[in-house]
Amino acid sequence: MDKMPAWADAVLVPLISLILAALLSALVIIAIGESPAAALKLMVEGALMRSAGWGYTLYYATNFIFTGLAVSVAFHARLFNIGGEGQATLGGLGVALVVLYLPWPHWSLALVGASLGAAAFGALWALIPAFLQAKRGSHIVITTIMFNFIAAALLNYVLVNLLKPAGAMDPASALFPSATHLPTFQQMFSSADAPLFRGAPANISFFLALLACVAVWLLIWRTRLGYEIRALGHSESAARYAGISPVRIIIVTMLISGGLSGMMAVNTTMGESERLVMNATEGAGFIGIAVALMGRNHPFGVLLAAILFGFLYQGGAELALWTSIPRELIVVIQALVILFTGALDNMVRMPLEKLFLSMRKGST
Amino acid sequence: MDFLTLLQVLDSTVRLATPLLLACLAGLFSERAGIFDIGLEGKMLMAAFFSAAVASLTGSVWLGLLAGITGSLVLSGIHGLASITFRGNQLISGVAINFLAAGMTVLIAQDWFSQGGRTPSLMGGGRFNDITLPFADALSDVPILGPVYAQLISGHSILVYVAFACVPLSWWILFRTRFGLRLRAVGEAPEAVDTAGVSVIGLRYAAVAICGLLCGVAGAYLATGLQAGFVKDMTAGRGYIALAALIFAKWRPWYALAACLLFGLLQAVALRYQNIDLGGVIIPVQVMDALPYILTVVILAGFVGKAIPPRAGGEPYVKER
Repeated sequence: MDKMPAWADAVLVPLISLILAALLSALVIIAIGESPAAALKLMVEGALMRSAGWGYTLYYATNFIFTGLAVSVAFHARLFNIGGEGQATLGGLGVALVVLYLPWPHWSLALVGASLGAAAFGALWALIPAFLQAKRGSHIVITTIMFNFIAAALLNYVLVNLLKPAGAMDPASALFPSATHLPTFQQMFSSADAPLFRGAPANISFFLALLACVAVWLLIWRTRLGYEIRALGHSESAARYAGISPVRIIIVTMLISGGLSGMMAVNTTMGESERLVMNATEGAGFIGIAVALMGRNHPFGVLLAAILFGFLYQGGAELALWTSIPRELIVVIQALVILFTGALDNMVRMPLEKLFLSMRKGST
Repeated sequence: MDFLTLLQVLDSTVRLATPLLLACLAGLFSERAGIFDIGLEGKMLMAAFFSAAVASLTGSVWLGLLAGITGSLVLSGIHGLASITFRGNQLISGVAINFLAAGMTVLIAQDWFSQGGRTPSLMGGGRFNDITLPFADALSDVPILGPVYAQLISGHSILVYVAFACVPLSWWILFRTRFGLRLRAVGEAPEAVDTAGVSVIGLRYAAVAICGLLCGVAGAYLATGLQAGFVKDMTAGRGYIALAALIFAKWRPWYALAACLLFGLLQAVALRYQNIDLGGVIIPVQVMDALPYILTVVILAGFVGKAIPPRAGGEPYVKER
């Protein structure tokens, strides 16, 4: 018997968790002697009231959509892919190699090539943890954490020793050829008399992220593979009994998850910095966890959660600029969201279930 | 490499292994009781901040240590609440704790000290000073053994000795006491412990509290022993290396000591030498950085013996009704 109606499960529980997280964040802001209302106003103005603010918000959101989808696809198979950071790092390497060493006549072709490169490298980085989980039973959380650190060291080596142009000081690759520069929102939507998104890094890969949302929705709920992934997530023994190979599904799911994480690099490396730099991911791989938890592993939820976190990131930058509140406030909010929507889920759910049960008893 | 350089490298190995060892033993207690903890990093960071902050405000390193342990214990309490009482996902809770610590430390540091998320440098009584063991100076002229005693064994802060003493102590508690037996049982077969009339929840909270205590000491050593003050993200992945060491040691105290010394040695070598030249083959420094993680993956893959975690690890215990 369902203890709660479906709408309560899908909307009420995450909403209450979110409100709790927001209340605690407000308390933190009060504790450091600032006004939460003023902070929120500043964040909304900086992130949502100007087109340039939206340009940043959607730029961050693009990253979070990719990593959030990556985490949620793995969650459907009850795998916790905490290695989005490493997979995105490798994705950046894939983008850089494809863009730097192949001659691209036009950005649109380069975008396709770079996306494939990013996805392939990201998937490759998820392959070994996936294989170890599927074949040798080593815990995927631990192996993906280890691979995050190995990826950082690898990128460091490749940038310093192989990709850095001769004579350059900072560890970064050469600039990408201008033919491969992706159109930004400013170039796409601005006109001479109505300048929009001025200077903002949002670019065409936002639409790539939207496509990825649709593709993941189709994959999970409209294909045989998606059905198998969800079946494995619900019960491994049942899936095995139905003739589904857990080894195959674990590896395929992780390849998709790693590929999605890797594609984040198209936005950061090709769309924004236009060269490969150290630490381009900036923790977006971890934010994917919060986004997936808040979005209830549904692509539409992930999209909304990613935009919310994009807003938090851009708003947090505004706060750091205009007040004495450091950017780390966003990290705290992110932690509270993960805590309440993920780990303390039952704290909200248990009383609600009791409430709904007693209401049902009262009506019959 | 001459004898003196070797001594220096080993000396910094001991210093760098200490926080790893404390955090590793912390994880050992928690995971042996069936509570996975990837929040070691966050607890250490929180403890590092509060120990440095209170030590700098009061000038007493001992009050700092106390504050660090308290900060770490609060995070342990959250982890216990989420993973024991509310039966949430222990891994997600650990991730949340790491972020909470990373954010809160800088936020509070900025609010209290306004120095860009760091504490003022600690001086005098605000730090754990190195202590010289008896006869260290007198014996330093004895060939080989003298310098080893004077430089390697003597001349560390008190917390280093505490950390090394914790290894036999942990072994004794876990394998020679009733509490230890029950704690290990709760990680393997909680239903059996419950049947025997012992509280699973109580034991797991005790394990999580010990974990917080040890992480607190580890963090305090980082900020007040190894370095003089707190800087943003100063744990720099040590919590994860400790986790790696724990797997490497297959959840056993003495092996944890060996694993932490090995990983400490790797860190010490990476600190001292940039690229290592092994007769024509140059090992880049990044390999040294990544080696603990690579070794752990190899161990996890089961190529060098199999690392089997406690059986009930990661699963909340639901009493049968």
